[in-house]
Amino acid sequence: MTDNVHEHELHAYVDGTLPEARRLEVEAWLAAHPADAERVQAWAAQNQSLHAAFDAVLNEPLPLNLVRATRRPAIPVLYKTMAAMLAMLVTGLVGYAIGLNSGGSQTPVAPAYLARDAAIAHAVFSPEARHPVEVDAAHADHLVAWLSKRVGTPLQAPDFSAQGFELLGGRLLSGETGPVAQFMYQDRIERRVTLYVRRAVADSKVTAFRHATENGVDVFYWIDGDFGYALSGQIGRQTIQKLADAAYAQLVTR
Amino acid sequence: MRVRPDLIEHLPRLRRYARALTGDVNRADDLVQDTLERALAKLDLWQPGSDLRAWLFTLMHNLFVNQIRIKRPQETVMEEALDEPVSGGQMEALTARDIHAALAQLPEEQREVLLLVGLEQFGYAEAAQVLGVPTGTVMSRLSRARERMRAMLAGEPAIKLKLVK
Repeated sequence: MTDNVHEHELHAYVDGTLPEARRLEVEAWLAAHPADAERVQAWAAQNQSLHAAFDAVLNEPLPLNLVRATRRPAIPVLYKTMAAMLAMLVTGLVGYAIGLNSGGSQTPVAPAYLARDAAIAHAVFSPEARHPVEVDAAHADHLVAWLSKRVGTPLQAPDFSAQGFELLGGRLLSGETGPVAQFMYQDRIERRVTLYVRRAVADSKVTAFRHATENGVDVFYWIDGDFGYALSGQIGRQTIQKLADAAYAQLVTR
Repeated sequence: MRVRPDLIEHLPRLRRYARALTGDVNRADDLVQDTLERALAKLDLWQPGSDLRAWLFTLMHNLFVNQIRIKRPQETVMEEALDEPVSGGQMEALTARDIHAALAQLPEEQREVLLLVGLEQFGYAEAAQVLGVPTGTVMSRLSRARERMRAMLAGEPAIKLKLVK
C-alpha cells in the first residue's frame, strides 16, 4: 500500500496509462480520499464529454478538397508500381488533371482508382469501434433509400448471410466523382468487409472482376453501367472472392 | 523508391482535432488543408517508420500557433502566466452541453494538451513531442486544463461515471 499518490498519477489513472499494479494502489488510495476521487471522476467525465461532442466529426463525409489534398504525392508511386496498367492509368491521370482544373464534377475515374479508393475507405472506417457506420442495419430500408438518392442510382445492399456476414450499416463518403456509398458487413468474429459504390468511368460499360491488393487490403471490383463496385477486406483473398461472387450475382443488371 | 505514406487515413482524426481546437467548421478544415499542404511539401523530411500521425499533428500544432501569433501580434505568448484561476461566478452556469464554450475559454496551450490527451488519446510523451515541450510541461498544462474545466463545468449534474475496475 502506498502512502502517497502523485498528481500526475491521478491523471494517468484517468487516461488508463498506469501499470496494473499501480492502478490498483491508486484506486485504493482514491477510496480513502474522496476529494481526489471527485476530481478524478470529473476529469474522466470531461474525456467522455469531449468524445460525445466531437466523435461525430469522424463520421462526416470527407470534403473533396481535403481528400484531394492528401493525394497528390501518390501519383508517382502509381506510375512505378502499376506499370502494367499504364494505359489505363494515363486515362486516369488525364481525368485527374481535368478534375483538378474544372472543380472535378463527374469526371470519370479509371478502375484502378476505384480499387485504391475503396481500399482506403475500408482502412479508414472498418477499424472504428464506436462509429463504423452512419446508419445501422436496423434502419436498412432508410439506409438504402438514402444512399441511393445521394449516389444517384437505385442501390441494393447485397445479402451475404449465406456466407456468414451480416449487414452492419452504411455511410456516405465524398469521392472525386461525387457521392460514394459504403456498406459494411461483419461476421460472427467481427471481421469486416465493405462494399464501395460510386459513379465510374463512362466508357467501360461492363468489366469482369478484377482483383487488386492495396496496402494489404484485398479488393475485388467491377464496373456495371455507370457505376463501379468494389468489395474490400482483409480476410483472405478466397473469402473475399466468394463474397464478391455473391454480390456480383445479386447486383449486376441483367 | 521510397514509398510515400497515405495521408487520407489520418484525415478523419485530423479533422476531429482541428474542429475541437478551433471550435469552427471552416477554420478547422482550413487548418487541415494547410496541414496537408505542408505535409506534402515536407514529406521527404518525415522519417519512415516513425509515427506519421504524431508528425501530422506536430505540423498542425505549428500552423495553429502561427495563426494565433498573427491574430494577436501585440501579445507575447504568456505560457503558464495566463493561469490565474477562473473567477468564481461568471462560469458557474455552464453545463456539459457547454463543453464547446468551456474549451473556448481555455488558453490555447492548455486546450491543445487536453484535446491531444483526452480526445485523441496521445500518451504524455507523444503529446510532448507533438507540442515540442518537455513531458513535465504537458503534465502541468493538463492538470491546469482539467481543473479549469472542472471549475467551469461545476454545478452541472456531472455524468456519473463509474471508473471501471
